[in-house]
Amino acid sequence: MSNLNKQAPDNHPTRHFRSLDIEKIRADFPILAQKVNGHELIYFDNAATSQKPLSVIKAVDTYYQSSNSNVHRGAHYLSDQATQQFEQARQKVQAYINAANREEVIWTRGTTEAINLVAQTWGRQNIKADDEIILSSLEHHSNIVPWQMLAEEKKAHIRVINIDADGQLDLSHFESLLCDKTKLVSVGHVSNALGVTNPIQDIIKLAHQQGAKVLIDGAQAMAHSSVDVQQLDCDFYAFSGHKMFAPMGIGVLYGKSELLNSMPPWQGGGEMIEKVSFDKTTFNQIPYKFEAGTPNVSGAIGIATAIDYLAQFNSDDIAAYEQQLLNYATQALLKIEGLVIEGNCPNKVAVISFNIVGCHGQDLGMLLDQQGVALRTGHHCAMPLMQCLGINGTVRVSFSFYNNQQEIDQFVQALIKAKSMLV
Amino acid sequence: MIQTTEIIETLSFFDCWEDRYRYMIELGKELPAMDNDLKTQDKLVPGCQSRVWIDWKNINGLLHFEVDSDALIVKGLLALVMAAYQDKSANDIIEFDIQNYFEQLDLIKHLSPTRGNGLQAMIGKIQGAARQMLD
Repeated sequence: MSNLNKQAPDNHPTRHFRSLDIEKIRADFPILAQKVNGHELIYFDNAATSQKPLSVIKAVDTYYQSSNSNVHRGAHYLSDQATQQFEQARQKVQAYINAANREEVIWTRGTTEAINLVAQTWGRQNIKADDEIILSSLEHHSNIVPWQMLAEEKKAHIRVINIDADGQLDLSHFESLLCDKTKLVSVGHVSNALGVTNPIQDIIKLAHQQGAKVLIDGAQAMAHSSVDVQQLDCDFYAFSGHKMFAPMGIGVLYGKSELLNSMPPWQGGGEMIEKVSFDKTTFNQIPYKFEAGTPNVSGAIGIATAIDYLAQFNSDDIAAYEQQLLNYATQALLKIEGLVIEGNCPNKVAVISFNIVGCHGQDLGMLLDQQGVALRTGHHCAMPLMQCLGINGTVRVSFSFYNNQQEIDQFVQALIKAKSMLV
Repeated sequence: MIQTTEIIETLSFFDCWEDRYRYMIELGKELPAMDNDLKTQDKLVPGCQSRVWIDWKNINGLLHFEVDSDALIVKGLLALVMAAYQDKSANDIIEFDIQNYFEQLDLIKHLSPTRGNGLQAMIGKIQGAARQMLD
């Protein structure tokens, strides 16, 4: 959790935080207490999706048991309840990311939909032939393909920031790519495949000096750090609930209000309109202009509850603990002969991507699964990055603050056993 | 060439996952490697996490397959599949009850086609070859 810009309400000097008692924290996540293939579950696939605390599960359950109704519609008690909770959730997110106002928080299905929304609205309105969009070699396919589709339609061009051998973005290369054709820079806050934290503050500043807009894909950052979008001064910030202890199917697009106001709507339907007739339809204000159809109300409540859950803790404590896990696991793994860590740079969240000489990642993954270890193998939806690193894929472990050193010890033993079976 | 009945029998004999997987890995290692020149893009089976190549030719009315994978356990899976399909007629391949075979092999957890191991895609490619031969 390197980029800490926690805003005042949750970080008041006199505020009393819950201590980081990992055993008690583990008890908040019911899914962790189970056996998989006869072994205690070791869940190290947090970058794919995080587990959910009981408070989030209960909040979703309570919504359906007591408040379920369509929002912004009915003139009845339940609809009013649902609408209030839904809009309070938006305010909770606004405060958490320190957006200037609540209208800047657009609900989406997740990061992918948020990026597609920007590509299909701002992008189609502003990108012209020969314009350039800058991405990086580290990007997840969700932050590549929407821009490729747009570039193809508009005859625009994609430019890609190089990385060094440790997976760090080459800032001087980025500067050399910036030119008057650059209209947008879209980069990840944290790499999903390697865990590398990118210098987004510098990237945003440099892009703005060139007059380009900046979208930050925050999918992998939100579970590890709090974000202040005003301090960052990014134009868009996209993230998913499910990677930050909230349910699947809910995400957020933050956008500066002047940009969101200038953008045309994307999906048409209910809620996003002001007035509909067959002659002419006028559109609603932001955020509703971009929220066609019945929204994921329980998901929004879930994300607000996840924020409440996280706010109990001092984010510095979580960051320090995760770094401790990262260092401990890195040291232990490097003792295994033939093990190579990809992206071994200092500025990382608690993610380790590695290969073992002579072992295929999928084989390791299967043999680890037999021993109760859940992790991810393959290209991690970052095929261009794998090409760049000259590999087919990696084995990736990604930690959360409910993981502990004992799990790392067991995982390392399981990995040594898997390796011995293969070579 | 190892028979399906022998594989089912051997796997049912083991009582721990390690032995079953060691056996799968052995089966994979014993499977003749495919000539590197044959491993072209068009032989790759899409939908597999590891690279899986399947090539086939018609030898006296029987389908002869050349298969390989860069992952050992997946190569073991290929050996299981080959035990059922190697040097069989197109009709035999289409009629073989692969579902029942896998149910009998249930001792290996990864045999479920939903596990992303590419098994479904491999079988699809083999059955496709058989159908192509009948056309």
